[in-house]
Amino acid sequence: MSYIPVKRPKFSLLDKVYVVELVKGLAITLKHLVLSLLGKSRSKKDFNGKGVGACMPFPEQRWDAHMPDYYRGAPSLVRGEDGRERCVSCQLCEFICPARAIKITPGAVSPDAACQKQEKAPAEFEIDMLRCIYCGMCQEVCPEQAIFLSKEYLITVTDRKKAVRDKATLYKLGGTRKGLVNKWNQYK
Amino acid sequence: MSLIDTIWNWCVDLLSNEIWFYLITTVVKLVLMFAVILAFVVLSVWIERRVAGWIQDRPGPNRAGIPLQLFQRFGSKEKQPLKEWLHFFGIPETCWIAKLCTWLRLDREIPTFGLMQPCLDGGKLFLKQELTPSYVRKVYFTIAPMLVLGPPMVAAAVIPFASSVTTDFGTINMVVANIGIGPLWIFAISGLSVYGLTLAGWSSNSKYPFLGGLRATAQLISYEVAMGLSIIPLLMVFSTLNMQDIVQYQADNGWTLLPLWGEGLSWQRWALMAPLGLSFIIFVTCVFAEANRTPFDMAECETDLVGGYHSEYSSMKFASFFMGEYAAMVIGSALVVTLFLGGWSIGFGADEALHSVCSWLAVFCQFIMFLVKLVAFIFFFVWVRWTLPRFRWDQVMKLGWLVFLELAVANIFLTAAVLYFVK
Amino acid sequence: MSNNPTILPKDAAAAEGKVNVQINGKWYRFPKGTRIADACNSVGVHVPCFCYHPKLSVAGSCRMCLVEQGMPPRLAPGATPTYGEDGYQPIQWMPRAVIACANTVAENMGIRTDAKLCNEARRGVLEFLLTNHPLDCPICDQAGECKLQEYTTDYGSGTHRFTEDKTKKGKNISIGPRVNLDQERCVLCRRCVRFMKEIVGEEVLGVVGRGTHNAIACYPGTSLDSNYSMNVVDICPVGAMTSKDFRFKMRVWFLKSTPTIDVNCGTGTNINIWTREQQVYRITPRQNDEVNSCWMPDSHRLNYKYINAPERLLTPLVKTDHGAPQRPSTWDATLNMVVEQLHSCAPTETAIICSARMTNEELYMVRALARQLGVTKIDIVPRKGENDGMLVSDDRNPNTNGAKLILGKNGSGLAAIRRGIKNNSIRFLIALGEDVTEEAGIEAEDLEALDYILAMSHSENATTKAADVVLPGVTFAEKYGTMINVAGRIQRLNKAIEPQGEARPDWDILRQLTELLGCDCPRVIACPSPMIILEEMAQEFEAMKGLTWGNIGNGGVVIMDTGVTIPLIEREKGKK
Repeated sequence: MSYIPVKRPKFSLLDKVYVVELVKGLAITLKHLVLSLLGKSRSKKDFNGKGVGACMPFPEQRWDAHMPDYYRGAPSLVRGEDGRERCVSCQLCEFICPARAIKITPGAVSPDAACQKQEKAPAEFEIDMLRCIYCGMCQEVCPEQAIFLSKEYLITVTDRKKAVRDKATLYKLGGTRKGLVNKWNQYK
Repeated sequence: MSLIDTIWNWCVDLLSNEIWFYLITTVVKLVLMFAVILAFVVLSVWIERRVAGWIQDRPGPNRAGIPLQLFQRFGSKEKQPLKEWLHFFGIPETCWIAKLCTWLRLDREIPTFGLMQPCLDGGKLFLKQELTPSYVRKVYFTIAPMLVLGPPMVAAAVIPFASSVTTDFGTINMVVANIGIGPLWIFAISGLSVYGLTLAGWSSNSKYPFLGGLRATAQLISYEVAMGLSIIPLLMVFSTLNMQDIVQYQADNGWTLLPLWGEGLSWQRWALMAPLGLSFIIFVTCVFAEANRTPFDMAECETDLVGGYHSEYSSMKFASFFMGEYAAMVIGSALVVTLFLGGWSIGFGADEALHSVCSWLAVFCQFIMFLVKLVAFIFFFVWVRWTLPRFRWDQVMKLGWLVFLELAVANIFLTAAVLYFVK
Repeated sequence: MSNNPTILPKDAAAAEGKVNVQINGKWYRFPKGTRIADACNSVGVHVPCFCYHPKLSVAGSCRMCLVEQGMPPRLAPGATPTYGEDGYQPIQWMPRAVIACANTVAENMGIRTDAKLCNEARRGVLEFLLTNHPLDCPICDQAGECKLQEYTTDYGSGTHRFTEDKTKKGKNISIGPRVNLDQERCVLCRRCVRFMKEIVGEEVLGVVGRGTHNAIACYPGTSLDSNYSMNVVDICPVGAMTSKDFRFKMRVWFLKSTPTIDVNCGTGTNINIWTREQQVYRITPRQNDEVNSCWMPDSHRLNYKYINAPERLLTPLVKTDHGAPQRPSTWDATLNMVVEQLHSCAPTETAIICSARMTNEELYMVRALARQLGVTKIDIVPRKGENDGMLVSDDRNPNTNGAKLILGKNGSGLAAIRRGIKNNSIRFLIALGEDVTEEAGIEAEDLEALDYILAMSHSENATTKAADVVLPGVTFAEKYGTMINVAGRIQRLNKAIEPQGEARPDWDILRQLTELLGCDCPRVIACPSPMIILEEMAQEFEAMKGLTWGNIGNGGVVIMDTGVTIPLIEREKGKK
């Protein structure tokens, strides 16, 4: 094991007495307090904040436009450009999910589906949003590019059962995604 | 008319009796003190959350108001405008009440700057499901929260919140219990609250609460010693243990830390500032430790002990701990204010002047002054909490035993020397 | 190496009929004629194989098991061999790798399985196999236990140089009532072809097409419908042969396997039960060369659906009055009620019909119950079928020998009980683990006429419907116990899942009932587990002397000589 020795700073007697440092600290926090109250907090512009502090007052003002690309919201299932359900119910996401939020009932593709080579598709796909921790492992593990974390962050339910999202809801949330690999070609 | 006269006479007779006079005034003071503390517990929670927010560039809880708009559809399907409501109660629109109501827009949510938030939190905790784990010691588990909330209330009895008023029936001293051992009483009683923490930790029958309880005990013992020793220089200067007399002395001769009038202007008094300042630092630190406030909240240190001694508690039992903690903070602030910041005294001779005008007015102003000082010191409490990171456990112990204890003892001798040579 | 320098290792080994072989630098001794692959695997050195299966003939077609091999240098005429300090001759390594499955070990042979040469060779083989493999692991039922997947992660190159179109072959072809074939996934190891030819003796599978269009197929007019067809699913190293029953049910990495035995016939086939969250998903055979080799019949393999079926009894059921409907009840109330009712039954008018599907421990408790009640009319229900000349025994009860040993009954007394019920001399019936309207041949009207029926069963049937009190027992997957198979071998049943609902293990129900009836024999009432009951039985029965749960092991122990043999095992032994 390699390690990097970190040199502890040498403290003078004044530092050790701590009172001066304490006063300095109190001054810093007081500065923040005063700036907040005056509505001049430092990162206010970045957050597009209003009023006291640098915060967005949530329901009136939303994150949506400021959301970075890497934002991890609720997981969703996507369709390819050909409209095919991309999930083949390999259950790797169910396996990897650290919170055990995913439950898949595997099934065969319907006989009238365009792509029969895929053979397998989820009969039911449930994600319990009360269990989901938005870690994104499902997206990372998916060999079919079928599950993606959407930017949806407003997840409020009035009932525990309503927090369990079924397949239809997940596909509706995910929609169609472009530029994915189409591997269920006959000759691939 | 005769009935009112009869009642009036009866009251006068009752108050003329010394014992009844004492009992009635004490009960009134008791209720007042109790109400003030409870109100301040709520207020300090609000201060804590708002100040924390401001310090961290956030607004803090600013939403909860008084939702009068709910009455807009009170009993009816459609929203009723304010005017119709006034009409419903038979108040004509031209009436001044109607005008006031309209001007105040009493059909909206009345903003309270978030002051309603602690009340709503209390309501939430009250309505929450209470979980008592099956493995706890039920009796001790139940009495522990009471033991935490009780002592600060009792300790508040000796804190004077104004000077005295002389009435026709006798003198009312604005302190619940005017006893000669004020600080001792406070130390003795507030030390009891640690039994609540220890019992909670032990009876939870779970490792983290247990460690939390142990830490609370060790911390209390360590800092109680330094705390007691640190005010001895003060008592040497005041030469009394009666809290009311201590404050009266400060009103006459300048606050302990601000001797700007009376005897306080003498250079001898200023020479005493060194030991008294040291006393103040030690005492305030110990109050922080006693109240289990950051940076000394080792007993409920969430990073290593989940929730410390109250990990297994929920609902109102948890709320008792929560309130107990803030009550201890309020009492600690009141004590610091009384001993070092002049208690109720307004200062600069204003107390005397007001007394000569009207003693009731003086007492009222002093009471307000006391509350203002209390709020200011509570703010300081909160300010420190959101500035300093929590100490490490060994640092806490080292600070208590190796620094403050020695300093406090040395400070006693320093004060004695100053008093002997200077005065 | 040897303390006595005058005796060379080769001579010492030869005296035992063995040869010295160096595997990855260490010397071992193996019997002459051992295959290199077997020798390596027996000492924990893994050799990857697709086509080689120890129970089948050697094909040597997959070339996956290539190892580097060396022999002592060939001597010039008249030269004497030289020996090193350790007594071995130096090894001269061959420049080309050899296949480990078709070659046998020889004296002073050297084998390297981890050499660069082997790894390169394996990587090449895998690259060829993967040129036409569809790479549909996400939908393949074999994923997770697929040899191609495992070896590709172990030895594969990780990249694909084959950019042309892949050969299109048949997918998802039904080649039998229970097996599906995917020709694209096939690596053409021909294990299935050899299995059907050599073990089952029905030649229905063969390889058709030429070159890259090679594929497994059924001969025209035939289908893979043998009762042993699903074994090809087990031996298929990839996902070419898949089970229709298990198709898309669950990924194998979620499943927990529990080693236990099959209870559908007297052979006591060794099996693994694969479960997830109290649900049984499949059963596969477990190798035991004395009982079932590596195989099991499909009829037994697929007979597990009743474990999680809705017909399972989940709570005790009682009739509060004669003719009243059955109502769910609690255990304590039911058992106390049963005790009261049994006390009022005259022992001479009571009969117990128990089952040879029960474990030895349960039968021991049945005997204790019968003794406590003073009932002498007690017997098992015999089940006879046809021996298929492979693994299915003519005795369709898994524990007839256990019943003979513990109860001393073999089903011959059942006719007397039946007559007694017919002529009203038996008024009370205790049916334990059997539906008496089926094999026992008691008619439904006769059951109606009885005064009292106590039934213990895991699922609803005609007897439990007629019973006054029903006690929910468990299936073989939910309990521990031992059974003695037709060849006299005692084997263990292991618990794979928890009892469904409020059902309790049968031995525990019987033990509690006996205790509540007033039994004070500590050997009965103080038994907390089937393991302890087994120890009690070991003290009582001569045949079981010295047996414990631990020393029975997963393979079982022969404890009695019945003279019955298992045809498939006899054939396998005869081949050697």
